Amino acid sequence: MKYESVIGLEVHVELKTKTKIFCGCSTEFGAEPNTHVCPICLGLPGVLPVLNKEVLHFAIKAGLALHCDILPFSKFDRKNYYYPDLPKNFQTSQFDLPICKGGYVDIEVNGEARRIHLTRIHMEEDAGKLVHSGATIDTSDSTCVDYNRTGVPLLEIVGEPELRSGEEARAYLEKLRAVLQYLGVSDCRLEEGSMRCDANISVRPVGSTTLGTKTEIKNINSFSGVQKGIEYEAVRQAQILDEGGTIQQATRGWEEAKGITVLQRIKEGDSDYRYFPEPDLIPIEVAPAYIEEVRGELPEMPDARRKRFMEELGLPEYDANLLTLEKQTADYFEAVVRDGADAKTASNWMLGEFAKKLNEEGLRADQAPVQPDRLAELLGLIAKGTISGKIAKTVLPEMWSSGKTAAAVVKEKGLVQITDTGALEEIVKKIIAANPQSVADYRAGKKKAIGFLVGQIMKETKGRANPGAVNELLTKNLQ
Amino acid sequence: MEPLTIHGLHDKLVKGELSAVELTKKFLAHKDAVEPRIQAFLSDNRQFALEAAAAVDKKISAGENIADLAGIPGAIKDNICIKGQQATCASKMLEHFKSPYNAAIIDKLMAADYVSLGKTNMDEFAMGSSTENSAFQITHNPWHADYVPGGSSGGSAAAVAANECVWALGSDTGGSIRQPAAYCGVVGIKPTYGLVSRYGLIAFASSLDQIGSFTHDVEDCAIVLNTITGHDVKDSTSIPQEPKDYKKSLVNDVMGMKIGIPKEFFGEGLDEACRKSLEEAMETYKQLGAEIVSVSMPHIKYGIAAYYIIAPAEASSNLARYDGVGFGLRVEGKDIVDMYQKTRSQGFGPEVRRRILLGTYVLSSGYYDAYYLRAMKVRTLIKQDYDEALKQCDILLTPTAPDTAFKIGQNDDNPLAMYLGDVCTVTLNLAGLPGISIPCGYKNGLPVGMQLIGKALDEETLLRAAYTFEQHRTDLRRPSPMGEVEL
Repeated sequence: MKYESVIGLEVHVELKTKTKIFCGCSTEFGAEPNTHVCPICLGLPGVLPVLNKEVLHFAIKAGLALHCDILPFSKFDRKNYYYPDLPKNFQTSQFDLPICKGGYVDIEVNGEARRIHLTRIHMEEDAGKLVHSGATIDTSDSTCVDYNRTGVPLLEIVGEPELRSGEEARAYLEKLRAVLQYLGVSDCRLEEGSMRCDANISVRPVGSTTLGTKTEIKNINSFSGVQKGIEYEAVRQAQILDEGGTIQQATRGWEEAKGITVLQRIKEGDSDYRYFPEPDLIPIEVAPAYIEEVRGELPEMPDARRKRFMEELGLPEYDANLLTLEKQTADYFEAVVRDGADAKTASNWMLGEFAKKLNEEGLRADQAPVQPDRLAELLGLIAKGTISGKIAKTVLPEMWSSGKTAAAVVKEKGLVQITDTGALEEIVKKIIAANPQSVADYRAGKKKAIGFLVGQIMKETKGRANPGAVNELLTKNLQ
Repeated sequence: MEPLTIHGLHDKLVKGELSAVELTKKFLAHKDAVEPRIQAFLSDNRQFALEAAAAVDKKISAGENIADLAGIPGAIKDNICIKGQQATCASKMLEHFKSPYNAAIIDKLMAADYVSLGKTNMDEFAMGSSTENSAFQITHNPWHADYVPGGSSGGSAAAVAANECVWALGSDTGGSIRQPAAYCGVVGIKPTYGLVSRYGLIAFASSLDQIGSFTHDVEDCAIVLNTITGHDVKDSTSIPQEPKDYKKSLVNDVMGMKIGIPKEFFGEGLDEACRKSLEEAMETYKQLGAEIVSVSMPHIKYGIAAYYIIAPAEASSNLARYDGVGFGLRVEGKDIVDMYQKTRSQGFGPEVRRRILLGTYVLSSGYYDAYYLRAMKVRTLIKQDYDEALKQCDILLTPTAPDTAFKIGQNDDNPLAMYLGDVCTVTLNLAGLPGISIPCGYKNGLPVGMQLIGKALDEETLLRAAYTFEQHRTDLRRPSPMGEVEL
């Protein structure tokens, strides 16, 4: 039978506020365990939470950028459950009146544009981090708790189950990341856990309108993992149905290395979290004027930027898409163009050699040792004909590791392009004389033979010959 | 002989008639003598008390001004956090817990150079009306050792009534200050919800808890209020408002004041002797020129039901943190769930466990709408009843409790009877309104309490009415059965 997937993502992102959601502790990642804690985030007897206003600010900002309705009256609720990473044994979250409702994310996959609707966005506090001596809490001799993360502000972004493939899910998640990064409200690092994604997936026969039993995939910490995990799960579920089996409602963990999902926990109905309004916090009333103020702060969003790159800078859609996927990449690209580089050339480099170097070292554009003005200078040398593009590709790694400017590297290594026709003509004549067979072939009409001759000239000049001049001189001397 | 008061002792300190250290020592001596019979205290803080008193003496001899409360021996209920001191909530769960921080009001008290002789006994986690639910000891009513002092702040009420200290702080979630004040014959106030910061008060039911005081008279009540009230940014439910001087409310005049008598508080179940005392009190007010008007509050009868849903619901969540993981008691188990269960079964007493179960039940899906949500609706109706009644008059006058103190052990097997005793006090907490209990009579040697209820943030009118009554009913002043402290 042919099946279609019904997929909805629940995404948690850590907000980049300086302090935690309900106390003054730092949110900085990677500190010594239990150094960013106080009586409040430790949930000691007698403490009370006070909402960090920046969290509300960021939540509204995200809501506006994702086209949500901002609720004029919302509140916090307690989600009650026992787990040792949760000092109070309840999580202060939002239940029936979240700060944002509705909204959508536009994605494009294989040329098809789709609008994925959001159910809601709400604010909540993060839990601490457990470090088990064994594999799980029940099989460990001991478990340590690091409360540094306890109380770090989170946004939970709940999407409608409108995604139909792993590819779409990935595009959706990448788009969310782009928007939140552009806003500066979250780093959205899946690997570091500042963005977390749980995927709900069920399959049903094509044409059916009833929903199948869903499973929830957890522990996904890469964008490719989101796509692969969903694709794996869709196939697994379809196989079970084809074999006449039934799907078990369960939580399954994605094992990146093996590329499979494994059963974690069987769900029997919904957990009872005994939500009730948080009595220690007053309801949140947001004035329309404040919403407008925040709207005024919104920077250019990825879609608008992509459009601008196409319309103003004349980039093809493919380039514009890739360049705007991460804010840092787009910022870097624009800086290179601002420093005088041609947009298309800059784009080719950003998506080519530059991206290659970043990938090799696991860096973001803003972390590259070569600054945008330096890259612009390198591209300027190509434009002026001082070096060829091919030579430039050897200059960039040198700049990257030594920190030198393009001009300095070119000068040091003697890479300046030979454009002097007098000097070049000598070499051209020498090569023609040394390769009578190729010359004969060319003259006999095998125009391709010229390629070999060009190659020989480049070899002779160690790639420094100006390709245009070489072509011109060869053609002239072969007449 | 009259009990020593804050205002009386302050004058003596300022005039140099005695030193704060001498004063503290005298109270410590009296406390040592009567405490074996009363058992109001869970900790002895004499070292700190004497040091604090010495600091006050230093200020006085340096000619500095001292706060009204400075150097006057007091006591703090053991659910209020003081840095470096125990905060047991009279529970095995927190028997060895020491707070690493100060409650907001402790910072205020420190600024006023307070002296505390120790932390006082209470019902475990403030759940109870007799202080019998303490995991550590039974506190006895100073007026009769066989009787309870009331609760949950029974230790604080008894300590003041027995002259072990001049003032004491308590907390009131459903009557835990006013009822023991009535049982022990002292003045007890529960301020408007949000007037006193709850930061550092170990929560029972967050939307109902409020810190207040026990004193011998209304003037002292105003002095303590002046010290502990005020907006606190650490408590989101704290009301932002300019500080008031409650001593200005000590005006001996109720001419033209409208005092409402809600008939629902005077129905069946009210002891006849208590009723008589209250009627005499109304007569007093009438003679002083106040107008007594009858009001009706139709939803008051649902108060106990609503309270015993909302308070346990919040408590079930507030007390979830006592799990053996980070602090407090831990009883090891074979796995984490076993550890949770053993810790909580052994750490909490029966009343706390009962309320956690009750609260967990009413919040469970499928029951939430029928219990919690309905109780919250009743809460709104009760608030509206009060709004309506207080539109027609300035304050309301009711009994603080249906009867005087009961015998220790009397309600052991009947938690419901115990709950029903809170009928006069719980609705104020549901409405967030201020209430004060002052003595208005005696029955078989046990004090009868009268509750005055005010509009939100109108503690002034409440204090004025209480003060005027107290000034005219000198017949109600009786020496403490535990004797007075001789200077």
